[in-house]
Amino acid sequence: MKPYRSTKENRSRFFQGMRAGIPIGMGYFAVSFTLGITARNAGLSPWQAMVMSMAMHASAGQFAAIHVIAASSGFLEMAVTSFIVNLRYLLLSSSLSQKIRPGTRLSHRFFMAFFVTDEIFGISAACPGYVNPFYVYGAALVAAPSWEIGTLLGASVGNILPLAIANAMNLALYGMFLAIIIPPAKKDKFIAGIVVLSMFASFLCSVLLVSLSEGFRIILLTILIAGIAAWLHPVQEQGESSHES
Amino acid sequence: MKAEVYLYILAGALVIYLIRLLPLTLIRREIRNPFIRSFLYYVPYVTLAVMTFPAILSATGNTVTAWAGFITGLVIAYMDGNLFKVSLGACAAVFLSGLFFS
Repeated sequence: MKPYRSTKENRSRFFQGMRAGIPIGMGYFAVSFTLGITARNAGLSPWQAMVMSMAMHASAGQFAAIHVIAASSGFLEMAVTSFIVNLRYLLLSSSLSQKIRPGTRLSHRFFMAFFVTDEIFGISAACPGYVNPFYVYGAALVAAPSWEIGTLLGASVGNILPLAIANAMNLALYGMFLAIIIPPAKKDKFIAGIVVLSMFASFLCSVLLVSLSEGFRIILLTILIAGIAAWLHPVQEQGESSHES
Repeated sequence: MKAEVYLYILAGALVIYLIRLLPLTLIRREIRNPFIRSFLYYVPYVTLAVMTFPAILSATGNTVTAWAGFITGLVIAYMDGNLFKVSLGACAAVFLSGLFFS
């Protein structure tokens, strides 16, 4: 079985990925300004802020990293903080591993790993069947530079977007998440239940367990709710992932 | 200070990359265990739902416009599902409601 036989197929997935990358890039642009401003206030130069964005592609992870750098807390603390704040990617990457066609070249896995952000993971998970690596690259090509340039601009000139526009663009990423989870929920009552339960539980945790950080809330609820869901309603052995889309 | 900052970035970036890379390279086969398979299948729905709510309500600095964006996003996602339309619609709803409620 040759995984990616057709260059034409790869090319068309690449362009589809670029299209899907546009709303992600919009959202990134809005969010990364704030990140850049935070980085500057912590004493980082605009270039350092941009290099960080290029190397990490992680919003909460970068805010945490900036705090560690500002406090000069040491490299060990940096490693430990990065591990804790970004632990959810372990779950996301594990989930993504089942969306990659077995036999895919190892180098593809190394490149794709670099772009496992919440958003690019989200659109990959939303692909029916296996996800073509070039779909991920197309999305990353559009979305990542917008994250990096937004950080650079935020760190050098502050937020140049008018507030009303910036506020509106902040919804782009959430809108995307909704576009990923709602259509399957419409088709499948069980998934609808999971989505509603997840939002409700997340809301309860944010009100009742104020000391629980957002990162841990995401990890704990994901393990708990996805675990219960898998136990109550295992997916069929011959699932949807048997064909390339 | 300058070189040190880049070392900090390198340390953090390395950890983040490994977290993302290890599952992708270590799990190279289709998992057969039905429970783990199902668990990983449900992960995106739970994670993205948890990340969306209630964080979306504080994303615009104004709860009214955030609700407008949230509900608009839900409705378009339910009716159409196109990523770009949902995102743009949610942004437009925030912008337009911001003209009246800010």
